[in-house]
Amino acid sequence: MRSQQNQAGVHDNQVAAHEKSGADEHSHQFMTFTLGAEEYGIDIMVVREIKGWTETTTIPNAPPHVRGVINLRGVVVPIFDLRARFGMGQTEPTKMHVVIIVSNDARTVGLLVDTVSDIISVNQDSIRPVPEMGLPTDDNFLDGLVTSGERMVTLVSLERLFASRTGRLPTIDANSGAAPLETGGGELAQAS
Amino acid sequence: MSPVASVPSIEDEPAVTSVDDFKKTYFEECAELLDALYAQLTNLAEQRADDETMHAIFRAVHSIKGGGGAFGFDRLVAFAHVFETLLDLMRDGRVAVTPDVIALLQRATDALSDIIDAARTGREIASGFEDELAAALREAAGGAGPGTAQQTPLRPQAEDGGTVPRRYRIRFSPRMEMFQRANEPLLVIRDLKRLGKVTVEADLSRLPELAAMEPEQAYLAWTLEVETTAAKAAVEEVFEFVSDDCELKIEIETDVPVSGPTTASDRPAGRALPQPPGTGSPNGSISKPGARVEGPAAVQSIRVDVDKVDRVVNLVGELVINQSMLMQFGRDLPIDTAPALINGIETLSQNLRELQESIMAMRAQPVKSVFMRMPRLVRELATQLGKEAHLVITGEATEIDKTVIEQLADPLTHLLRNALDHGIESPEERRARGKPPKGTIHLGAEHRSGRIVIEIADDGRGIDRERVLAKAQSRGLVAPGASLTDEEINNLIFLPGFSTADNVSNISGRGVGMDVVKRNVQALGGRVAVESPAGSGSRFILSLPLTLAVLDGMVVAVGKETYIVPLTNIVESLRPKPADIHPVVDRGDVLAIRGAYVPLVYLHRSFAVPDAVTDPCLGIVVIVESEGGKRIGIVVDQLLGQQQVVVKSVEANYDSIDGVGGATILGNGRVALILDIARLRDAQRRSPRSETQAFVSSSPGMQ
Repeated sequence: MRSQQNQAGVHDNQVAAHEKSGADEHSHQFMTFTLGAEEYGIDIMVVREIKGWTETTTIPNAPPHVRGVINLRGVVVPIFDLRARFGMGQTEPTKMHVVIIVSNDARTVGLLVDTVSDIISVNQDSIRPVPEMGLPTDDNFLDGLVTSGERMVTLVSLERLFASRTGRLPTIDANSGAAPLETGGGELAQAS
Repeated sequence: MSPVASVPSIEDEPAVTSVDDFKKTYFEECAELLDALYAQLTNLAEQRADDETMHAIFRAVHSIKGGGGAFGFDRLVAFAHVFETLLDLMRDGRVAVTPDVIALLQRATDALSDIIDAARTGREIASGFEDELAAALREAAGGAGPGTAQQTPLRPQAEDGGTVPRRYRIRFSPRMEMFQRANEPLLVIRDLKRLGKVTVEADLSRLPELAAMEPEQAYLAWTLEVETTAAKAAVEEVFEFVSDDCELKIEIETDVPVSGPTTASDRPAGRALPQPPGTGSPNGSISKPGARVEGPAAVQSIRVDVDKVDRVVNLVGELVINQSMLMQFGRDLPIDTAPALINGIETLSQNLRELQESIMAMRAQPVKSVFMRMPRLVRELATQLGKEAHLVITGEATEIDKTVIEQLADPLTHLLRNALDHGIESPEERRARGKPPKGTIHLGAEHRSGRIVIEIADDGRGIDRERVLAKAQSRGLVAPGASLTDEEINNLIFLPGFSTADNVSNISGRGVGMDVVKRNVQALGGRVAVESPAGSGSRFILSLPLTLAVLDGMVVAVGKETYIVPLTNIVESLRPKPADIHPVVDRGDVLAIRGAYVPLVYLHRSFAVPDAVTDPCLGIVVIVESEGGKRIGIVVDQLLGQQQVVVKSVEANYDSIDGVGGATILGNGRVALILDIARLRDAQRRSPRSETQAFVSSSPGMQ
C-alpha cells in the first residue's frame, strides 16, 4: 500500500511539472497505465484518485469484468477489471495492482489495472484512429492511438465505458458490429 | 414626490437571487397554508369545526393573498380577495356555513391552489379560469359588486369602499433597522400609489451628518397623503409587512358614510385572532407588534434546508459504521485489559442510536402533506365519473421519512383512481345492491412493527376474480387451466400490461397503473398487498420502511461472503434435521416446519458463491416472510450477529442487482450486500428450472 501511495505522490509531482510547462489549448493530458505489456491512456480530468488493490465484495451473477464493490469513504464503488473488459482474461490481483478511481458527473467507478506509469500531454492532432483489427478486443472503448517517445499508447474513452451502468456496452457505433460485443460480455445473459 | 426620487439606489439593492429566495419561501408557505386550509375545510365539512376553524381558514387565505401581493401576483391576489371576502362574512356569522358553501370553499381552494401553482411555475392559466368561481363566491357573499375584481385586478380593494374618495393621512416612520429585515419603504410607497393619488412629504429630521451616517439604516420618515376610494383595511394592508418595523399612524381625514357590507371588511385585515380592544380604535392608529398573522407563539419550528439535514444524516451514518468498527475491536480485546474502554464503547453505541433516531425524526414528516392532496383528487374524479364518494382519512399524523413521503403521491393517486374507477359503483348500481349511494374510500396510515402501513380500502364491488383470471389467461399471463388461489388471482392485477377495464378511460384502465404502483412502492423498499373478500370491496395495503437510511439487519455468512438480511423480514432461524427436508419435483426443496412447508432458497446457488455450506442441515435456515405472508427459508452457512446498518445505494454507481436491495459498510470497512427478500423470491420463481437442475446435479453426493 505504502509503495502505491508513493507512486501516486510521484505522479502528483509530474502533474505539477506538466502544468508548469504549460500545456497549450490543443493538447490534453492523459494518465497512462499498463495492462501486461500494453500501455493505455485515460483523460486525466476524470481521474479522482489512485489506490492499491483491496479485496472487493463480490456482486452476485455479475459479468466477469465486474470485480465487485468496495467502500470508498462511505460510498459503494464498483471495480471493473479492465483486462477482463478488454477480453484478455481476468486479472489475478495482488497488493501491487492499482485501482484508478474515475468519475464523471453521474458515477464513480474503479478501474483495476496493473500499474500506473506516466502522465503525458497529447496534441489533439497527433491522435490516430484505432485501425479496425477484427481482434477480440473491444475497440468501442478506444478513442485512438498516440505515440509517446518509443511507446504507443491506446487512449480509453471513459464516456463510452460509462455509457452503461455495468460497464457493458449498449449497441452503439454502427461500424463496430455485434461481434466485439459478444466477447466483452460473454456471460452477460445470466446477469440480467 | 422628490423624496421618493432621492432613494432610487435602494430600489436596485435587493438582488435577484434574494427575491427568488423570498418567492421560494413564499411558495413553501403557500403549500403549508393550503394543507392547513384543506385540513380545516375537512373539519368544517365533518362538523368538527370550532371557533378557531373559520379563523384559521380566513388566516390561511389572507396570508396567501398578502404574500402574493408583495410579489405582484395580481391574479392570485384578486381571486384570494374574493375568497377572503366570503370567509370574512362567514367568520362573522353573516353567511351561514352550509354544505353548499363548504363545497364552494373547497372548489375555491382547489382553484386557488392551481393559481398559486401557475404563479410558481410561471405557467399561464387560461384566462377566465377562475371567473365562474369568483362569481359564485361573490354571490355567496351577497353580491358585493360583481365583476370588480376582474376588471380592476390591480386594485382588488377598490370594491371595498364606496365610490366616495377618502383622504388618508399616514405617518410612516421606519425604525432604524428596517432595511436589515429586507423591507423597502419605496416599494411600500409605490404600493400605496396603486390605491390612488399619493402626496409624499419626507421628514429629514433624523438624518445625521454624512460622516455619521450608516448606509444600512433607515433615517427618513414620511407623511403620506392618499386620496383613494379604498377601505382603510386596504391601506393598512399595504403596510402589513413592514408594520413590525415602523411607527405607523393612519388617519382618515375625509370620513365617509360606512354602510352595510363594508363594515365587515373595514376592520383591519389580517387580524383574525381575537383582538384586544383598542387596536381597531376609531383614529385607526396601529400599535403593533404581534399583530402579524403568525404570532410569536406559532414559531415553534425552524426551516432548515433538507440538504443540511441530509449531511448530518450521512455523518451519523459514518459514525455508526465507525462505532461498529470500534465495537469489533473491543470484542477482540480480553475483557480484563480494557473494561473502561468496552464500557465506553457501549455507552457510545447507545448515544449514537439515540442520535440517529433523533436525526431521523427530524427528517420525518406526517403523511398529512400527501394525504391532504387526496380529497381534491377524489372530489374531482368522482364528479368526472358521475360517482359519489366520500374519502375518510385516518392516521394522517403518522410520521415517515421525507423522501418516502415525496414518492408516495404517485402510488396513492393511482390507487385512489383505481378505487374510484373500478371499485366504487355508480349510485344506481349501489342502490340496487342495497348499499348507500355514496361510496366510502378509506385512506389510513399507521405504524406497525417498525414500518408504516398505508391502507386504501373501498366499499365497492371488489375484485372480480373470474374476470381477472379470464383476462390474464387471454393475455397469456397465466397458463390456461392453471388453478390459482384467490390471493394469487388478486395479485395478477399487479402484472405489467394487465387491465380489466372494458373501456379504457383517461382515469385508469390503461393497464399501466397497478404494476407501476408496485414498482414505485418496491423502489421505496415497500410492498403492496391486496385483499378483496368477495363482494365487499377491496383493500390495498402498502407497507413501507420508516426510513430509507438505516435498518436493523442480521449478518449472515455464505462462503467467504457476508450478507445482511433485514430483521423485519426474519421470522426465525433454525438448523433443520435431514428428515425435514423434502425435494419436490421441479420445485426444489421444501422444509417441513410445524406442519407447514417452506420452500428453501440456497443463497450460494442464487448468488453463485463458492465454498459454501451446501447442506441446510449443516448450515442455518433463516425463515423470512415478505409482505403478503409468503415464507421462504434462506439457506446460509451461519449467522454472524445482529447489527444496525446504514443503507447505501449500489445503483448510484452500478446497477440494480437481483435479490439485493442495497449495500452497507460493515465494521471491518468492507461492503456487504443487503438482501431484498421479495426480489429474491421473484428471482427464484423466474428460474425454477435451472435451479432444479443445479440441485439435481449437485445433491446426490451430499445426501
